[in-house]
Amino acid sequence: MTKTFTDVICPFCGTLCDDIEVVVSDDGKKLLEVANACVIGTEKFLHSQASDRVTRPRLRQADGSWKEISYDEAAEYTANLLAKAKKPLMYGWSSTNCEAQSVGNEIAEISKACCDNTAAVCHGTTLIAVQDIGLPTCTLGEVKNRADRVIFWGCNPAHAHPRHMSRYSIFPRGFFTGKGQMSRKLVVVDPRCTDTAKMADVHLQVEQGRDYELLNALRIALKGEWLPDSVAGIPSEKIREAADVLKSGRFGIIFFGMGVTQSLSKNHNIDEAIALTKDLNEYTKYSIMPMRGHYNVTGSGEVFAWQFGFPYSVDLTRGFARYNPGDSSSVDLLMRGEVDAMFTIGSDPGAHFPISAVKAIAKVDSVCIDPHLTPTSGVSKLHVPVAFNGVETGGNCYRMDNVPIDCRKVVEPPEGMLTDEQFLLKVRDRLKQLKGVA
Amino acid sequence: MAKSITVNLISGRTIQQGVAIESGKEKPSYRTACGIIEMDKADLKALGAWKNTNVKVTSAYGSVVVKAIEATQGPHPGVAFIPMGPWANLVVSDNTYSTGMPTFKGTPVTIEVAVNEPVLLGIELVQKQCGVIVG
Repeated sequence: MTKTFTDVICPFCGTLCDDIEVVVSDDGKKLLEVANACVIGTEKFLHSQASDRVTRPRLRQADGSWKEISYDEAAEYTANLLAKAKKPLMYGWSSTNCEAQSVGNEIAEISKACCDNTAAVCHGTTLIAVQDIGLPTCTLGEVKNRADRVIFWGCNPAHAHPRHMSRYSIFPRGFFTGKGQMSRKLVVVDPRCTDTAKMADVHLQVEQGRDYELLNALRIALKGEWLPDSVAGIPSEKIREAADVLKSGRFGIIFFGMGVTQSLSKNHNIDEAIALTKDLNEYTKYSIMPMRGHYNVTGSGEVFAWQFGFPYSVDLTRGFARYNPGDSSSVDLLMRGEVDAMFTIGSDPGAHFPISAVKAIAKVDSVCIDPHLTPTSGVSKLHVPVAFNGVETGGNCYRMDNVPIDCRKVVEPPEGMLTDEQFLLKVRDRLKQLKGVA
Repeated sequence: MAKSITVNLISGRTIQQGVAIESGKEKPSYRTACGIIEMDKADLKALGAWKNTNVKVTSAYGSVVVKAIEATQGPHPGVAFIPMGPWANLVVSDNTYSTGMPTFKGTPVTIEVAVNEPVLLGIELVQKQCGVIVG
């Protein structure tokens, strides 16, 4: 007889869908089927069952081959690496639970490390903007029940957050949005005619990198002031039409993504988007929310902020927490050649940092803690495979609207495998001995 | 001299990229999903390239060989798209302008046909760039 788990949390994206059904074998060792998840979430659950999975830590030898070692040896290597380094960088954290992140912060404090999460190449600029001018936001439940104007700016949930629209933003029938999609107007701003844009009532195909200008033009259009014939490639009549759609709603929400955070104006784009939200609140109720990518990147920001006072790019090398993106941020630290040991967990900078930063990772001693084989594990000296968080171990995670949700364990990890937290505790205890910390 | 065109490169997620990273970045499916450049029909014509031809993409930051495919979420003439991953990261701008965030979107690149050059696997590509000895 198989067992079916209901209401399982999907550990892929920041939507943290909580209605997944997972069928496991009677002994709880094999995951057999996944229902309700999107195609990416399904793949994540099923990949934990791959027969070619690496199940023991491996240390790279001089000839480039891997030598299998025990978890204790791996913890010894990692603790020594951190103890000896002058400026270790501990990066990642977004694909692990808050409990492991907290242990990681303890390790960072003892080893006086720089610590950063994947917001560095995702919504880091959003966090800067939020510190500049604040964030009028809400929960996804409010969006589902109230939002009749939905704006996706520089994001493509049809691809990146596949169930966001069906669970919260477009299709569900909420308390005040009883007709589902018919109750809402969708505005999409994107330089490409994306699959999300194809569903929009209004698609503003903005000239790439001109989001700031368009946001500013929308603010002007709201006030009925003069506009040039065209801004950011959009005719002024279309901007005015979009402004009318935005202000005619009862509750609006602006979701934004990498299109604005990674384009040239970066945090200033978000400043302007938040200012637009503020202006729209002169007419009706509006909120704004970043479309967070990794399922627990929000949690990592929360744990950093709770323990160090800052949400990412924290530098502890002086014995206290400093925060100065551009100086204490991972890509800059690596490109300046300041990092002398690299510790990666729950992320893949090898695939997602510019290659100049990856080359700096390959030059130093490094450990990569990740259940998968990745470009990061490919350039690291030590690869420590761990149990899949959210599948083989539970733990606390934060949804993109800052709602904490406990992930669930549904299946046993392969025999003898540790979780992130268990491995980090070994590293912490050994590091304490090496550093003489009580 | 080989014909080349200049376009504005952006990178980002696709659902195929999402599936590929979860099913294993060591597998050829990752290359199929991300070792590509989505180009507008008009740009492919200007380059004089057939769909599914290998091309070399070069910027001030590096160069990479990927397969040129016709835009799946177009039209977007003048804009080309490589899904986020190591192939895109060989050519995107690494300048953070003191924000910590590299400029992943909006890098001017030139594209030329490179029929005989292979598109490398993801991990292999990064290891080769970093000079990692593989046993």
